[in-house]
Amino acid sequence: MNSILEIENLGVTFSTESGDVPAVRGVSLRVAAGETLALVGESGSGKSTVALAALGLLPGNALASGGVSVGGTDVVGAGEAELARLRGRTASMVFQEPATALDPLTRIGKQIAEVVRNHRDVSRQEAAAEAVGLLRRVGIPEPERRASAFPFQLSGGQRQRVVIAMAIANSPGLLVADEPTTALDVTVQAEILDLLRALAVDSGTGVLLVTHNMGVVADFADRVAVMLEGEVVETGAVEEVLLRPTHEYTRRLLAAVPRLAVTGSGSGTAVGKEAEGASVVELRHVSVQFGRGPRAVRALEDVSLTVRAGETVGLVGESGSGKSTAARVALGLVAPESGSVSLFGADLRKARGRARRALLSGVGVVLQDPVASLDARMSVAECVAEPLRVHRRGMGAAERRELVAEVLELVRLPRELARRGPRELSGGQRQRVSLARALVLEPRLLVADEPTSALDVSVQQTVLEVIAELQAELGFACLFVSHDLAVVQQFAGRVVVMRGGRVEEQGPTMSTLLHPETEYTRRLIAAVPVPDPVLQRERRERRVALGTEAGA
Amino acid sequence: MSVQSAGRWGLIAQFPAPLRARFARNKLAVAGLVVVALFFLFCFVGPLLYSTDQIHTDLTQVNLRPSGAHWLGTDAVGHDELGRLMYGGKVSLLVGLAAGVLATVIGTLWGSVAGYAGGWVDAVMMRVVDAGIAIPALFILLVVSAITTPGVPGLIVILGLVSWLVPSRLVRAETLTLKSRDYVLTLRAIGGSHSRAITRHILPNSVSTIVVAATFQVADAILLVAYVSYLGLGVQPPSTDWGGMLSAGLTAAYSGRWWLIVPPGLAIILVVCAFNAVGDGLRDAFDVKGRG
Repeated sequence: MNSILEIENLGVTFSTESGDVPAVRGVSLRVAAGETLALVGESGSGKSTVALAALGLLPGNALASGGVSVGGTDVVGAGEAELARLRGRTASMVFQEPATALDPLTRIGKQIAEVVRNHRDVSRQEAAAEAVGLLRRVGIPEPERRASAFPFQLSGGQRQRVVIAMAIANSPGLLVADEPTTALDVTVQAEILDLLRALAVDSGTGVLLVTHNMGVVADFADRVAVMLEGEVVETGAVEEVLLRPTHEYTRRLLAAVPRLAVTGSGSGTAVGKEAEGASVVELRHVSVQFGRGPRAVRALEDVSLTVRAGETVGLVGESGSGKSTAARVALGLVAPESGSVSLFGADLRKARGRARRALLSGVGVVLQDPVASLDARMSVAECVAEPLRVHRRGMGAAERRELVAEVLELVRLPRELARRGPRELSGGQRQRVSLARALVLEPRLLVADEPTSALDVSVQQTVLEVIAELQAELGFACLFVSHDLAVVQQFAGRVVVMRGGRVEEQGPTMSTLLHPETEYTRRLIAAVPVPDPVLQRERRERRVALGTEAGA
Repeated sequence: MSVQSAGRWGLIAQFPAPLRARFARNKLAVAGLVVVALFFLFCFVGPLLYSTDQIHTDLTQVNLRPSGAHWLGTDAVGHDELGRLMYGGKVSLLVGLAAGVLATVIGTLWGSVAGYAGGWVDAVMMRVVDAGIAIPALFILLVVSAITTPGVPGLIVILGLVSWLVPSRLVRAETLTLKSRDYVLTLRAIGGSHSRAITRHILPNSVSTIVVAATFQVADAILLVAYVSYLGLGVQPPSTDWGGMLSAGLTAAYSGRWWLIVPPGLAIILVVCAFNAVGDGLRDAFDVKGRG
C-alpha cells in the first residue's frame, strides 16, 4: 500500500528544568493516501507530540529519534529549508483554535493567496482567484465578497473553514488535524467534519486526526491508534477498536465515554420523574443586557426556569446561548435588567448585607476551569476552608481543620492533600477540591458550570460519580450547566435547552432529548457524534437528510 | 548586621525554589543584589569601624588630599569624605527605600480599589492618576520642598506622594484580570466580601508585580532625593546625602579636588543601577510585565 506518512519507532524526549522527560516511545504508524487515521488518548498521552513530529514542528527542547517520512521525505533529519518546502505543500496542519491560527490584521483571501504563492510560482491575480475558489470549496458563502473580510468578521466555524482552505491550498498529500473541532459547537463540528471527509475523499488526501473525542473518531476515522503514556497500545480498523477493543485501557476509556442514548422510550425512566419539592432557585422573566446604547448585547431574553429541592436541572446550549449567564444570574453575580430572581424563596436582588450573606451560605459553586478555580497561593485546606471563614467566623482552627479533612474524604481525596498547593494536583483532583469547597457548608443548591469540560473522560466520570453520590447523600439541588448533551442526559432529571439567550424548550431529560419538540433541539441532538461507527453512520445520513429537508 | 539587607535576603528566601534558581541564573541581578547589600553594610555598619566626626567642622583639616589618615580626603569644612559618604548614604538609602515602599503601598491600594470597583469609580480614580502623571513629579517636588524645607520624614512623604502613580496603574491592570478569575467569582457567589476578595486573593496574586514595581520605585526615589538635594532643597546641613555632597563638591571639582565629587556620584550610579538590575532579575524570574 502507498503510504503518505510513515512513522517508524518514533521517540521524543523533552529536556526541561527538572531533567529529561520522555513524551513518546517506540511509536510506529502509517497513513495511506485517502485514509484517515485517528490518534486518540487522554491528555499527556503524547498524541499531539506525534502530530507535531510528523511535520517537524517540535519545539527546540525536544529530541526526536526514529524515522518519520512524509511522502518519501525524511522529516527527523531534515533541515529547516527542506521542512519549509514540505509544510503547506506535501503536508499541512489544521490546529485546534481557529481564532489564533489566522493573522487578525490580514484579509482572509490574502492569507490564503500567500500560502499558494509560497509554494507555487503563480501571479498575484491567479493566487487571489485560487483563494476565492478555495473559499467556495470549503463552503464559505459569497466567497468573492468574503475574501476581503478580516478574521474577526467571521464566526468560529467559518474561521476553521478558512484554516482548512489554507491547509488544502496546495493539495497536500497529508493533512494533520490536531483537535480540529474541539473549540467548536457540536452543530458546527458536524459541518466541519463533513467538510474534511468530503475533501479527503475527493482528493485522496491522507488525514492524521488527533482527538480525544470518541464520537468524532467514530464519525470520521477509518483506522484508530490508541495512545497511553507515550506508547501506542492498540491499532486497528475503527469498527474493531471502538466496538471490540482488545486492550484493557481502550476498554476502560470507551466505558468512561458518556453515551447519548438515542433510542428507547421517553417516559417511565426513573430519572424522568417530575420533582415536587419547593423551588430552591427561580428565575422569572429574566432579561440581561451587557453594555449600553446601540452596541448593547442581549444576553438573556425573558428566561424563566426553576430548580426544585433535591432535583438536578441540566442547562444546555451552544456557546453564546446564555446558559452561563443564566447560572450567574441565579448566583447573583449578574444583575438582571428586568424580571426577578428568588433564592430559597427570598428575593436575591432586595437582600442586602447580613440577609444576603445568609441566603448565599446555602449555595455551593463549581466552575469550569480547574486551573483558575483555585487560588494557587493558598493551600488546599485554605481553599476548602474559605466558605467557613466567610460564614462561620467564630469557628476554631482545630474544628475547621477537622471539617476540611472530612469534606476532602467525602470527595474521595486523601486528608494529606490538605497541606499541598493546587499546583501539585491533577485537573480531576482540583475539580474535586472545588467540589469540596462548594460542599463544606452543606449547601441546599449546587451550581456547577461545565465542571468537567476541561477533564479527560475517565476523570470526568469519577467527578460526576462523586457529585451524584453526594447528592443522593446530602440531598442538595443542582443546576448543572453543560454543552455536553450526553453528560446532561446521564446526570440531570430535567433539562432546559437554551438558544440565543432564550429558553428553547424544557422538560424531563429523557423525553426532551429523545423526542424533542423544537427543530433546534432536534438538530442539536442529531449533531452529537456517538462513539459507535455503525450507529454514527446511520445518524450522519439521517442528519444530512434532516439538513436538506430544513434547507429546502 | 543591618536590618534592611537582612530583610531583602529574607524576602528572596521566602519565594519558591524555582524562582530563586531563575533569579540566581541572572548574573547581573545577583551582582546587583550584592552591590545593594554591600552599600547597606557600608553605610550602616561602616561608621562603627571607621568612626569620624560628621557634625563639627574642623577648619584645620580642610581640603586634604586622600591619605592614610583620611582615605578619601576631607571637604571644604574639614569633614572626612569617606565618613561623609557613609553618613550621607544612610539618608539616601533610607529615604529612597522608605519613599519607594510608601509609593508602592499607596499605588497598590489605589490601583486595586480602582480596578476592582470598575465603572465610574475606576474612571474617576484613574483620571486622577492621569492628571498626576501629566504634571512632572520633579516640578511638584521642587515647589513643595522650596516651600517647606523638609527634614528626612517630610522628604519621604513628599517623594512617596509624587511617585505612587505608576505602581497604581500596574496594580490596576493586574486587578482587572484577577477579579474575573473563577476563584474570585466563586467567593463572591457564596457571599464573600469585596475586602476579602482584594486582600486574600487579588493582592497576594499581584505580589510579583508589586515587588518588581517596588524595586524600581526605590531606585527612582534614590535618584529623586539626589536631584532635590543637589538643588539645595533636600536635607539641610550638617546632615547631608549623596546629592547634597555632589552639590557641595561641585565648585571644588574645578580646582582639581576630584575626591569630593567622584565618590558620591559613583555611589548614586552604582546603587541605582544595582536596584534596577535586581528589579529586572525579579521581573524575569516572576515573568511579569515591566514598569508601566
